[in-house]
Amino acid sequence: MKKIIALLLALLCAASVLVSCTATSFDTVTLYVYNWGEYISDGSEDSLDVNAEFEKYCNENERIQQLTGGKKVKVNYSTYASNEDLYAKLDSKTVSYDIVIPSDYMVARLAKEGLIQKIDVSKIENYKYIDDSFKNLYYDENNEYSVPYTYGTVGIIYDTKKVTVKDAEERSWSLMWNENYKGDILQFNNPRDAFGTAMFYLGLDVNSENDQDWINAQRIMKDQKNVVQGYVMDEIFNKMESGSAAIAPYYAGDFLSMYEDNNDLAFFYPKEGTNVFVDAICVPTNAKSPELALEYINFMLSEEIAIANAEAICYASPNKLVYENEEYKAAMEEIHEDAMEILYGYDDSKMEYFHDLPDNTRKLMNDLWEELKIENDKGAAIYIIGGVIILAVIVIAVIVVINKKKKAKAY
Amino acid sequence: MKKRSFLEKAALVPHLVWIVLFIAAPLLFVIYFAFTDENGAFSFSNIAGLTNYADIFLISVLFALIATVVCLLIGYPLAFTMSRLKPSTQRVFVLLLMLPMWISLLIRTYSLLAMLDNGGLLNSLLSKIGIGPVKIVGTPGAVILGMVYDFLPYMVLPIYTSLSKLDIKYFEAAEDLGCNGAQTLFKVALPLSKSGIISGITMVFVPSISTFYISQKLGGGRFDLIGDTIERQFLYNNAKNVGAAISLVMMILILISVAVMNRFGDDDGGELIV
Amino acid sequence: MKTLSRIYMFIVFGLLYAPIVVLVLFSFNRAGTFNTYSGFSLYWYRELFRDQTALDALKNSLILATLSSVTATLIGTLAAYGIHRIRSKAVKTVINSVTNIPMMNPDIVTGVSMMLLFAAAAAIPFLKVEMGFWTMLIAHITFNLPYVILSVLPKFKQMDKHLTEAALDLGCTPAQTFLKVELPSIMPGVISGLMLGFTLSLDDFVISHFVSSSDFKTLPLYVYNQTAHEVKFSMYALCALMVFAILLLMILVNFAGADRTEKKKKKKTAAAVR
Repeated sequence: MKKIIALLLALLCAASVLVSCTATSFDTVTLYVYNWGEYISDGSEDSLDVNAEFEKYCNENERIQQLTGGKKVKVNYSTYASNEDLYAKLDSKTVSYDIVIPSDYMVARLAKEGLIQKIDVSKIENYKYIDDSFKNLYYDENNEYSVPYTYGTVGIIYDTKKVTVKDAEERSWSLMWNENYKGDILQFNNPRDAFGTAMFYLGLDVNSENDQDWINAQRIMKDQKNVVQGYVMDEIFNKMESGSAAIAPYYAGDFLSMYEDNNDLAFFYPKEGTNVFVDAICVPTNAKSPELALEYINFMLSEEIAIANAEAICYASPNKLVYENEEYKAAMEEIHEDAMEILYGYDDSKMEYFHDLPDNTRKLMNDLWEELKIENDKGAAIYIIGGVIILAVIVIAVIVVINKKKKAKAY
Repeated sequence: MKKRSFLEKAALVPHLVWIVLFIAAPLLFVIYFAFTDENGAFSFSNIAGLTNYADIFLISVLFALIATVVCLLIGYPLAFTMSRLKPSTQRVFVLLLMLPMWISLLIRTYSLLAMLDNGGLLNSLLSKIGIGPVKIVGTPGAVILGMVYDFLPYMVLPIYTSLSKLDIKYFEAAEDLGCNGAQTLFKVALPLSKSGIISGITMVFVPSISTFYISQKLGGGRFDLIGDTIERQFLYNNAKNVGAAISLVMMILILISVAVMNRFGDDDGGELIV
Repeated sequence: MKTLSRIYMFIVFGLLYAPIVVLVLFSFNRAGTFNTYSGFSLYWYRELFRDQTALDALKNSLILATLSSVTATLIGTLAAYGIHRIRSKAVKTVINSVTNIPMMNPDIVTGVSMMLLFAAAAAIPFLKVEMGFWTMLIAHITFNLPYVILSVLPKFKQMDKHLTEAALDLGCTPAQTFLKVELPSIMPGVISGLMLGFTLSLDDFVISHFVSSSDFKTLPLYVYNQTAHEVKFSMYALCALMVFAILLLMILVNFAGADRTEKKKKKKTAAAVR
């Protein structure tokens, strides 16, 4: 009986593997898209499923069918949480993607290190809809490597139920260091953004090449560690929506997404200044289908898709088809009455881009961040004492048992 | 007979090839990376640099130890009680104990987080009866609680297995000779289930000391354990050499402590796992 | 004392099950949060079956678990056959200890070491190594191997040597002897090794985390990706389904014959005790 079961099991698995292999590899082309978490309209909550739409579009479009040799196109979509994750993945060279969406400073770094390839924007028909102020930016001066996808700003999100009006009205980064909110404050879980908050607060240049600036920033981040509840990225959504935390720095667009679920939240741009960023679509050097990748970029810039994405992720769009669209404006204002103001109407003079840091500065920043992360909480001392006590009890118990056993043997 | 001995050797070949390629070789890579710098030159700097991580090792060992001790303190009486039940009831409880292990550890930890978070279920219930929010997530207690919750069955099952093998007559004899419940526990059950205890301790301690998911979710990223540090070196910082050095030291630490534990329980250990 | 210990047992089980019960209950909550309850609904179950990525991940998990456990069982059983007959004690010890490394080592070290191996292999152009199905399969077979050998080897030891000799004397070829005499008597060990491997592989997150790519995502990896933001309640629905399936299985097992359940329990315990 058991033999039969084992045999059946083996047959079953062999069959299933055969089926799955034949079904996926021979008649499809897969486009590997690696994007930020929550950064596309994915079909949830009755939105448009952009990747599925792209598959459909490719399979109906004759030009693309010629490109793929009549094979079906399938999108393999996966996500990362920070620019540094993306960099580590690309640098390991053990995986290949066709589309990645790094932020400005990371675009510069990836291009410098040859991890992304040049794109011929003349082949992207919809590129003309990109606003000119997002072309020839510092990270890609000749528009060779990237196509802007979204842009945005960092600000502070807070819970109006927990944060007093007086504290909020100061509109300062100091809110993130306020002892009164101990255990209710969240901080970014990546060094570039986290150091950004501290350096803006101290009034330092976020692109400083002076070591002392970074050390000073780290000093106040160490102080902050005592009041912080956690270092998180996209977990912020859940924490803020459920009221598990009261103060968090995050991207303006994501504030609007959170506000949809929790109307007690509010947002401000700190008066000391803050970060503005552009996230741009790039094609890695080891992409397997770079031509299809261009089609994907073009598709992402088309009107219906760009609006669907902009409405789903709530980030500002550099695409004229989006920000000039009245329905889009209405939809955003339905989410939050100041939505357009927050996304597009901020004070430019207070905003700064992150630049790709020189190698030694970046190393210093990473080392300082590492030092911050591994530093122990002072409250842990209590637990250490507790642990020692429990341990002592156990050791005594064991000794007693062994002694008893020895006695028993002696009889 | 000769043919047979050839067959015996041939049967081992795939296994030997496999363990050399996929067990020994990867470990050699860990050692190689631990002792080289970024350019591939021999260097002790990674190992020497580990003094920066002394705190991490200390706090990880401590958290894992506390979790193990708490698991033992909760788990032993539980296993003892279970082993004294009717056989049919025992079966039900063993299965009940194993059921959580079939649910992904990620989901179990995450649902624990959803319950304990400041705005989570527990706190919204507490605030309804007027007790202010209890901040649990982001404290060392939360991390240890997560470890205990996730790994408790690993402690109970081996202890239960060794206890249930014991002849009930031992206990009856002890009671006849005037032992009370506690005395029976300490003088009879505990020494006789040593092998179960030891394998339980190993099975809780090793995953606890190397976890990164529990500390990330329940500790809010404020408590870096060895596991978090290793994961960050490899997947975010891109610092293979440092990561390999930490892994190597942790591996040696654990292999030594497992060996010591096994020696400690040598007299009747071994039969337990199978 | 007896009632006290019963109460204790129920409290521990209650706490162990609280998050799971909450998870199952809220999988029927249309609102999709733990904070508000908006009425009973099967919405998330429908979502689960509409979520192609989740279903693919489930399929991948099953394929990987089956393939890795079957392959590991084949290699491991042959290896146990060979190891059992090695005469030199030193050779035996060396092979056994290398084999057992993935079992003793923390998962994270195994994962990291495999990642280093594959990354090194990826640097060799003609090998064309990329993280994906094959790296996952190799990693899973590797950590399944020691468990298979651990459950098969004792069966060889328990086997009556004279049976094999008799078969050979009566003119069986060594291969026939293995298939007709030895295999049936080690079968329980083989099956439990297979099941153990299947379970471990199905549940593994840590090792897969280091050797996977988006090409071949298993269920734990899919869940991990979700926990970076927020777990969809369709995942809780999946867990609830698993809980129901296991409960059903438990009831069936309990009603089946006493002898058979006894055996099954042992196996399950073995599966749980790793």
